[in-house]
Amino acid sequence: MKKDLLGLQQMTAPEIARILDTAVPMKEITGRQIKKVPTLRGRTVVNVFYEPSTRTRTSFELAAKYLSADTVSISASASSVVKGESLKDTARTICAMGADVVVLRHPMAGAAEMLARTVPAAVINAGDGAHEHPSQALLDLFTVREKTGRLDGLTVAVIGDILHSRVARSDIWGFTTMGATVRLCGPATMIPPGIEATGAAVCRNMEQALDGADVVIMLRIQLERQQQGLFPGVREYARLFGLDEKRLALARPGALVMHPGPVNRGVEISPAVADGVQSMINEQVTNGVAVRMAILYLLSGGGKNE
Amino acid sequence: MRQKAQIMDREGIRRALTRIAHEVIERNQGTGNLALIGIRRRGVPLAARLAERIREIEGSSVPVGTLDITLYRDDLTTLAQQPLVHRTEVPFPVTDKTIVLVDDVIYTGRTIRAALDAIMDLGRPRQIQLAALIDRGHRELPIRADYVGKNVPTSRREVVSVRLQEIDAEERVLILEKE
Repeated sequence: MKKDLLGLQQMTAPEIARILDTAVPMKEITGRQIKKVPTLRGRTVVNVFYEPSTRTRTSFELAAKYLSADTVSISASASSVVKGESLKDTARTICAMGADVVVLRHPMAGAAEMLARTVPAAVINAGDGAHEHPSQALLDLFTVREKTGRLDGLTVAVIGDILHSRVARSDIWGFTTMGATVRLCGPATMIPPGIEATGAAVCRNMEQALDGADVVIMLRIQLERQQQGLFPGVREYARLFGLDEKRLALARPGALVMHPGPVNRGVEISPAVADGVQSMINEQVTNGVAVRMAILYLLSGGGKNE
Repeated sequence: MRQKAQIMDREGIRRALTRIAHEVIERNQGTGNLALIGIRRRGVPLAARLAERIREIEGSSVPVGTLDITLYRDDLTTLAQQPLVHRTEVPFPVTDKTIVLVDDVIYTGRTIRAALDAIMDLGRPRQIQLAALIDRGHRELPIRADYVGKNVPTSRREVVSVRLQEIDAEERVLILEKE
């Protein structure tokens, strides 16, 4: 295991498999009455979030606590960041206090990588701009592997705003590295040019993308970006790219429906599908804690932070 | 590693397990509240075999679980690479049970210390007993086995290798020496 988890693009299939394998026993711990093992006693995990987040931050925090690490969370709005302190200086300060792991969410692509080169602590990228969100993709991979027993040979449709989605990018790298085929679909203005270079195929319409798919990942339509005029309206978006029961029937029977959250009900996904039997949305959240425990455990190998 | 001696063969292992099974039943006056938990890896097949022996003798089956103690090790901060974690599978409540922990070799006692903590995190057993196929001495903690297949005096330079059919496709116990 390397010092940091920055993205899935650089990771090999065995490295990814190791994290997924480690998450299996971690999930057993999250189901116990006493959700606590002493493994990371005396280690400090600091969550530094320059963007709002509920599930990712809480998930990392619980994962660290279940492993007995001490955790501190810092959000940009309530820290020295508002006084103009740079990311590097904030990180150096935190590390000077003895942080072993820094979990970073930042609006700029490459922020985590820059930080990893600056500080001795292990850095986990919890989302950097529209670049990568590796822990989300790893929990997607874990959920699919747990439900279907494999990743190799599956067809995964990723639908929505690919352009702004770091989840989409990490999912593309993760699923293709593990041997699955990825199809992309969304408004033409939200498909980045040249995305085919990642190995994913771009589909012209939903029907083509869903046809026989084993997994359907719906991305959140970022309503705050709507004023940019990338799509005409929420209602039209729902009509062209929303997932309802009728469309879902085009996928393989029993196909898994996933969504990284938070969900815009009735926009990218209909309530009936979001709450249906094929929906993995809650399962994804549960698995997120186990996968993040695995990441924290594997990155906390001894004797390297001295 | 040089093979120094064979201290048990197939029959030896079989007889030791049969005796331990009898001792467990006698000491606990039956199998009423009993459960076995094998410590990964080689404690797992040994626990399964002990349960089978007990069933043959008493006609009642005892629950069997599997414990992975990796997350409870006391040397994690000193290892360069984190060891692989495997599943702990204890499909019964341990609270108020008499648990017999099963491992192949008891040596420093540190694995058992970790196993005791791991079990305590699953509940509050009435009692925990320890069965080991080989006791090779050199304890670093105040821990002892309740049931021992064979006591083997060793030096610290030696390694006791328990080879089991289920994992190693052979059945014997060897003493190896580092060269």
